[in-house]
Amino acid sequence: MKNSISTLLLGTALTLASAGFAFAQDKTVKIGALSDQSGLYADLGGPGSTLAAQMAAEDSGLAAKGWKIDIISGDHQNKPDIGTAIARQWFDVDKVDVIVDVPNSGVALAVNNVVKEKNGVYINSGAATSDLSNAQCTPNTVHWTYDTYMLAHTTGQALVKAGGDSWFFLTADYAFGAALERDTTAVINANGGKVVGGVKHPLNTSDFSSFLLQAQSSKAKIIGLANAGGDTTNSIKQAAEFGIVKGGQKLAALLLFLTDIKAIGLETAQGLNFTETFYWDLNDQTRAFSKKFAARMKNGAPPTMVQAGVYSGLIHYFKALDALGGNPHDGVKVVEKMKSMPTDDPLFGKGEIQPNGRTIHSAYLFEVKKPSESKGPWDFYKLVGTVPGDQAFTPLSESKCALLKK
Amino acid sequence: MQALYAQLLVGLINGSFYALLSLGLAVIFGMLNIINFAHGAVYMMGAFVAYFLLNNAYLSIGYWPALIIAPIVVGIFGMILERTMLQWLAGLDHLYGLLLTFGLALIIQGVFQNYFGSSGLPYAIPDYPTIGGFHGLQGGMNLGFMFLPIYRGWVVIFSLVVCIGTWYLIERTRLGAYLRAATENPTLVRAFGINVPRMITLTYGLGVGLAALAGVLSAPINQVRPLMGENLIIVVFAVVVIGGMGSIMGSIVTGFALGVIEGLTKYFYPEASNTVVFVFMVLVLLVKPTGLTGRAA
Repeated sequence: MKNSISTLLLGTALTLASAGFAFAQDKTVKIGALSDQSGLYADLGGPGSTLAAQMAAEDSGLAAKGWKIDIISGDHQNKPDIGTAIARQWFDVDKVDVIVDVPNSGVALAVNNVVKEKNGVYINSGAATSDLSNAQCTPNTVHWTYDTYMLAHTTGQALVKAGGDSWFFLTADYAFGAALERDTTAVINANGGKVVGGVKHPLNTSDFSSFLLQAQSSKAKIIGLANAGGDTTNSIKQAAEFGIVKGGQKLAALLLFLTDIKAIGLETAQGLNFTETFYWDLNDQTRAFSKKFAARMKNGAPPTMVQAGVYSGLIHYFKALDALGGNPHDGVKVVEKMKSMPTDDPLFGKGEIQPNGRTIHSAYLFEVKKPSESKGPWDFYKLVGTVPGDQAFTPLSESKCALLKK
Repeated sequence: MQALYAQLLVGLINGSFYALLSLGLAVIFGMLNIINFAHGAVYMMGAFVAYFLLNNAYLSIGYWPALIIAPIVVGIFGMILERTMLQWLAGLDHLYGLLLTFGLALIIQGVFQNYFGSSGLPYAIPDYPTIGGFHGLQGGMNLGFMFLPIYRGWVVIFSLVVCIGTWYLIERTRLGAYLRAATENPTLVRAFGINVPRMITLTYGLGVGLAALAGVLSAPINQVRPLMGENLIIVVFAVVVIGGMGSIMGSIVTGFALGVIEGLTKYFYPEASNTVVFVFMVLVLLVKPTGLTGRAA
């Protein structure tokens, strides 16, 4: 009897040891870049995000330490059902460890649940909804680049403080638009302004004239654009056509990307204020990276904030894996490691990942240059101000994330 | 009340795009019996040709000449398609034409997207010639109830002229009579010494050219984007179906009318603005399966 117990114990110990041995040896990672590859957000994420993931893998230095890194990409077509189907297949069949990018808040929130269920890692760079690190936070998710709370508390707040105390919203009718309008409204009310009206438009609308006329007749000082990508560029272009800015109303493009400015052209976009957490021309490090990136992009474009976020998020992920000494294929464990290490990379600078999964780094208020001020094909932004990370993002005391209630 | 007038006018402006596009579709369906799903793609090509003409370092051809050149260029492209592919489908079921043109649309859009990305290219409203205080079609007028951009007013008038001109050409001229006869009885018309296949090719070129013209007109309003025709084409098909397949006047009138209905929906219940056209289509087809002005086949 005694003998058989000791055999059992010995056997268990051996199994554990060999499991530990196998874990230390496993140096394979599979990354899934899930993005809008063909629709209205394809230029700000899409193939550029996959390239950013590749560059992160190359720059991580893990290959020299014997790691094998695979990258696959998928197109969610801005449809939550397609996004979750791809995510499930990636986890079940392709054995993906980490999903990155995922622009479109509707898709991002749906994929969030799948990643938690499969205990993977989710580094979201493309989606805006602040719910990812708030009401719907999970121990598997890191929200890297920006969110609606940050946009509302930087661009929104700056405009209200500059006298824009009455607002009318043009809101994209899905999760992202709703979150951005909600967060911005809270800021407007807190600063003594008020929202006098709003209209919800379907995603990917080409004609905004009816909505703009309603905004014009509302007499609001600020017309808040709670939309993104092609919807924002069309709104801005058509607002110029209807003489809205000349008539004394101001446009607040709450979310604007580098590629959007390119699409509108400086002539129409000049003077717009907005916020981003990354711009290629910020400092020597961002310029150096962007040069390498642009050289490998088909159209020679520097990275957008979303693509830069994919790179930085993965660089931090690789650091965590390196520190763990091998890939445990356990999402919660890896994300905990990521949260325990301060973030520091050439693109976003120093920061941290809060317990709710929100990455904190500086945000920058920009103004679009006049055509005469621009020196090159992508020279669009003038830096107006810098907001430190702890002021730009949701304070932990206000966060509704369940992970914080321990 | 003032806001309502403004919405009616804006609806009319959008309606002019629907009318131009559905007119081309109706012409092609009426004469070739092809449901041309590539219509959105050629509309997009029209806008892109205008963009190239303007931004090519050697050409720098602005808006006004582009209004003529772009439809011709795209029309020739359409005629090549007809000669090389579509003509072999004559006499077959509608489905074959629909599938072929749908595939062509996907390929054309895919190629453009691959080269130009998805976020679009800027095309400014023309600022020449300068007459009096007006710089080309820039700026606008205060109508009391709304600020009307001159460009949009121009689009409505120009589209109306083109629509009525096309209707006149097909319904009231000798050439139109030949065309209509050729679709009724090609063998007989050929016996009179008329080259029917060439006529069919030219007709397809005309329909495609009309779409390209709509593309040039829309370039200064919308972004020049590879997918700009993708959503529009579905609405335009609804217009053609409501107006009565193949009916020229039906598609023109319905195009303008649906633009207005959509504009009003955007005012009263914006969330439904993408679907109202289809609700209307269902209602019309329930009452009159051949469409508003269509005749039973």
